Amino acid sequence: MMTNIGNRLTQGQFSFLPPLTDKQISAQIKYALKNGWAIGIEYTDDPHPRNTYWEMFGNPMFDLKDPAGILAEINDCRKTYPSHYIRVTAFNSTRGVESPTMSYIVNRPKTEPGFGLIRQEVEGRSVRYTIHSYATDKPEAERY
Amino acid sequence: MSQEIKGKERYKSGVIPYKKMGYWDSDYVPKDTDVIALFRITPQPGVDHEEAAAAVAGESSTATWTVVWTDRLTACELYRAKAYRSELVPNTGPGTKTEAQYFAYIAYDLDLFEAGSIANLTASIIGNVFGFKAVKALRLEDMRIPVAYLKTFQGPATGVVVERERLDKFGRPLLGATTKPKLGLSGRNYGRVVYEGLKGGLDFMKDDENINSQPFMHWRDRFLYCMEAVNKASAATGEVKGHYLNVTAGTMEDMYERAEFAKSLGSVIIMIDLVIGYTAIQSMAKWARKNDMILHLHRAGNSTYSRQKNHGMNFRVICKWMRMAGVDHIHAGTVVGKLEGDPLMIKGFYDTLREPRTPVSLETGLFFDQDWASLNKVMPVASGGIHAGQMHQLLDYLGEDVILQFGGGTIGHPMGIQAGAVANRVALEAMVLARNEGRDYVKEGPQILEDAAKWCTPLKQALETWKDITFNYESTDTADFVPSTTASV
Repeated sequence: MMTNIGNRLTQGQFSFLPPLTDKQISAQIKYALKNGWAIGIEYTDDPHPRNTYWEMFGNPMFDLKDPAGILAEINDCRKTYPSHYIRVTAFNSTRGVESPTMSYIVNRPKTEPGFGLIRQEVEGRSVRYTIHSYATDKPEAERY
Repeated sequence: MSQEIKGKERYKSGVIPYKKMGYWDSDYVPKDTDVIALFRITPQPGVDHEEAAAAVAGESSTATWTVVWTDRLTACELYRAKAYRSELVPNTGPGTKTEAQYFAYIAYDLDLFEAGSIANLTASIIGNVFGFKAVKALRLEDMRIPVAYLKTFQGPATGVVVERERLDKFGRPLLGATTKPKLGLSGRNYGRVVYEGLKGGLDFMKDDENINSQPFMHWRDRFLYCMEAVNKASAATGEVKGHYLNVTAGTMEDMYERAEFAKSLGSVIIMIDLVIGYTAIQSMAKWARKNDMILHLHRAGNSTYSRQKNHGMNFRVICKWMRMAGVDHIHAGTVVGKLEGDPLMIKGFYDTLREPRTPVSLETGLFFDQDWASLNKVMPVASGGIHAGQMHQLLDYLGEDVILQFGGGTIGHPMGIQAGAVANRVALEAMVLARNEGRDYVKEGPQILEDAAKWCTPLKQALETWKDITFNYESTDTADFVPSTTASV
């Protein structure tokens, strides 16, 4: 279990708020669409802070402009992976950005195993740190 | 019109006015490749303002006080800077409380400057002229750097976009805090503050500008304990965290040694102070690019020359030079906090750091159209006397690509540092959520915070503790031009 205040992974824009309702998620989708950003849904069972590439639940939805349709996709992903971390990412293709501009978690496992810190003591008093995702102690797809 | 004396008469030994030496030409049209500087000149009594402008042009390029025949061995007309425009600053001169000041525009040929060297650029532009007797006071207000010259600079080592990708943090301002007290903590105690702040929800903790290597805490101790804190907090939250390790030292060799140690410990970011000088900053920016390191700059010392309106240089020029020099972060004002900052002026600084192009905007103090030639964006840092209760104003004034540094506003929380960090993060996320939902978050800001405080006790306590704290002093560095609603045609 995670021991930080809130006992949860705090990646993303809104992890310190109570879980977003479908209505709140729809409002965020509208904001992204209004700005012309494409929305992608990604899921993982290894939320290590440097695990950049979560699995894509399909390509980013460049051509879907209907918030209800996007919310349906999110809910489809939640149904398929009820115990995974799922995040919604908005991609901005404007020159000079060309990178994600929003990212927030919309699904997480009931209990979050968190991370251990492994210290390898090396020369002098230096330490090499490894952050270990407890979830990965089990094989992929058997983690929650 | 040029009043230059030509031919043999021009080079007769003796002293002739700068205007007549070829440093004034009201017909001159700046080339796309010219560097242009805008000075605020207060001429000495009795000195004609165009002559004063010509003198500044002369002294910041080829001139000396007297005629020299050796000019004739060179393409001297090219190398002479040209003052081409001088106009009275609004609200100065007869009938006002301020003596007459003039905005003088001076163009410099690109060949006057060494590629990729802020030191060389500044040695000309601010090298000698500020002590020049013909002017009573002189201030460098703005510069137009041509694309051709910008392309010879590396620019920010990392830049806003890549920094966010590396940190995996998108769509909200980043949160930080400066470790306090800034002097006196041992390495072990210092790391405690870092750990609590980061675990509570901040993205970064920070050394202060004068934390280097003192008797109470040598730098290696600080680095070791801070990295323990960073990694432990990262494991506790599942987020990438960082601590700006200040590598400022007495020599470049010492700075490189400290930077290498920070890298070997796995830090994502190091820090330097503006007082190390332009060349040292450029060197560290190159080192940072080469070593995948984010480079934070504290603007220590800038107010000694940027605050007074009639003499020195405007901070927007420092912003330009620092974007060229290659830093990733720079402290650029808070509007609402404890340090100097007029809202419009600060908008000008932030735009200079973050925009791909800044058009002329006199009300925010931008005198030139500036194309940034795809140089990376710098992340401005807002630090000094800000707290969670101002979150709506901070988001409104400063936008999303900014680091909000709540030092006292985190560490001074009645329930401890973690609670302080939670309060700030909850306030921030609630405000971003409301903004994205299309709510009038500036007007409803206090209510949005109150609503979040209902389920977040640390935020409730923060709002109660700091509810009456504001810093409403008049700024000394303000716009000369009033915002106008009519578009110029």
